[in-house]
Order: sequence, then C-alpha cells, then structure tokens
Amino acid sequence: MMENKEMKPGKGGQQGQMMKPGMKKQKPLKGILFLALVLTAAVVLLVLYPENREPTYKASWSFFVEIIQILPGVMVLMGLFSVWVKNETVIKYLGHSSGISGLALAFFLGMIPTGPLYVAFPLAASLLKKGARTANVVIFLSAWACIKLPQELVELRFLGLKFMALRLGLTVVLVLFMGLFIEKAGKFGESSVSD
Amino acid sequence: MNITVIFINAAALLGLIISFSRNKEKSMKALKMALKSTFKMAPAILILLILVGLMMGFFKPETISRLLGEQSGIYGIVLASIAGSILMIPSLIAFPLTASIVDSGASIAVAAAFITTLTMIGFVTLPIEIKIMGRKFTYLRNGLSLVVAVVIALIMGVIL
Repeated sequence: MMENKEMKPGKGGQQGQMMKPGMKKQKPLKGILFLALVLTAAVVLLVLYPENREPTYKASWSFFVEIIQILPGVMVLMGLFSVWVKNETVIKYLGHSSGISGLALAFFLGMIPTGPLYVAFPLAASLLKKGARTANVVIFLSAWACIKLPQELVELRFLGLKFMALRLGLTVVLVLFMGLFIEKAGKFGESSVSD
Repeated sequence: MNITVIFINAAALLGLIISFSRNKEKSMKALKMALKSTFKMAPAILILLILVGLMMGFFKPETISRLLGEQSGIYGIVLASIAGSILMIPSLIAFPLTASIVDSGASIAVAAAFITTLTMIGFVTLPIEIKIMGRKFTYLRNGLSLVVAVVIALIMGVIL
C-alpha cells in the first residue's frame, strides 16, 4: 500500500461543512452566530404563536431522533474511509486508466472518498495534468459530488430504496453522457484519446 | 427499528473492528476525525432541526404542496434547482430535510432536483472551481449538471 504523507489543504475537512472553502482554517463562529439568530427567531415566533408550539416541538423531536440514529455510524464510516483510502491511491489508479473499464473505475473511485466537492478539484486538476481522460475526470467529480457511498446509505434510509436506486441509476447514465460531451467540447489538460 | 439504520451502524461497527485489528493508530485517527466532523457539523444540524420544526409547525401541508407539490409542475422543479444550486447544506442532513419536505407534500421530482443540484452544483464554490479547473470546464460542468438534475427530476417524477 502506498501511503504518502498527506499535505493537501482541507484533507481533514469532512463531508460538507457550511464554510467558505478558500480559507485554510475555518472558524465555527459563523455557524454558531447563524444558529443563535435562528434560535432567537424561533423563540420569538413560538412566544407569539403558542398554538404552533406543539407541532413544532414534535417535528423537531422526530427529526432529531431520525438523525441521531444514523449520525454516529455515518461519521465513523466516513472517518474510516478517509483514513484508509488515500487520495494518492485514487490518483494513481485513475491517472492511467482507459476505455470502458476506465469510465467504470472513475465512478467507483469517485464514490469512495469523503469530503466536500471542492476538496476534489485539486485532485481532478492533477489528474488532467497527468493525462487522465477528460470524461473520466468529469465522472470522478460528479460521482464524488452526488453518489458517494455513505451519502447513498443516508439517502436509502430517508428516501427509500426506489428513490435512491432510481436516482443513482439515472445519475450514472446521465453523468456518463455529460463526461463524454465535455470531453468532445474541449481539450482540458493534454488528454489524449484512448480506445 | 429501520433496517437501513441497523445496516449503517452494523457496517460502522464491523469497519471499526476490522480497522482496529489492523492498525490501532489509524483507527483512533478515524474516530477522532469522526468526532471532529460531528462537532463541525453540529451548528448546521441544530439549525436544520429548528427550521424543520418551524416549517412543520407553521406551514400547513397545503402550502408546501402548493409551492413544491405535484401541481407546482416545472416551477417547483425550477425553485428547488435554484435553491439547491445556491445553498450549501451538508448532504448528510440534506436527505432527512428533503424527506420531511416530501412528507409534507413536496413532489418526488422536486426532491430529486433539490438533492442533485445541491450536491453537484456549487454556486458559492464557483470562483474556486474556476481557479483550479479553468473557466470553460467549470461553466460546462455546472451548466450541464443543472441540465442533468432537471432531466433526472422529470424522469423520476414520471416513474415514481
């Protein structure tokens, strides 16, 4: 197993925080400020309209119960993924893959890592620079964005098997076309055509 | 208890056991990362808890279904796509949020459009994407992702 020391900024960043990605170290202050604002608004509303209290509490509580059942498990899974699957390994495999198996690999490798999408941009850029196929890079980015594995589990839990499976299937098909289209539309990096 | 809940937690537990049997240090690091990202996400989760409560407590299901339900047609999908492109909600809490909107009357198409745009299109991160990937690539990817999202939404609306 190749395990280089990870130096990329934002590597520790897990699944989408509400933050501006530009900055190296994000202060949680903004989130807490926003929370205070929402909380204040809620208190004011509930004081003014006592008849709405009951359904509000009930909805918040059941939402909380649903989230708490899966949150620790998903967080642990994402932690395990990011420790065991190094970004370098992903680049290594995707860098020189071609043909249909390359496209499939791009989907697969995009689904494994964790972290918000902007963490994947530098990876995608270096893939293009290394001569990876444009379609593969687009697919990799899209899979990273919307069909990551832990994310799909949460989707399954909350929106059901039919919804999850159908969205997954449609995404794979359409993203494949999108990747091939963008590849036709222009040269990015020095990508060469593969068979 | 729901079977997916059991599956997720069983997978996490099994993963931990395997991980610890191979490398204790790495496993501790994974646990630390899990804890850290939970704390990072906590404000966002609490905000959504409050907002979902207020939404259910104050809006009648009829209002939600009028704005985002079947009869909202393409407007509902457009509205959801715009919201999904601009907002930055961790996908982990986007799913329960979407589920509760669907429960109170939003259509499947709207839900699919919202989730797909939310995850694939980053209005806020556009400048970073342009800087790293180039202008043309960024516009193509985000523009086409919007098309993909709407197509997915329409097809899912018809099938489900």
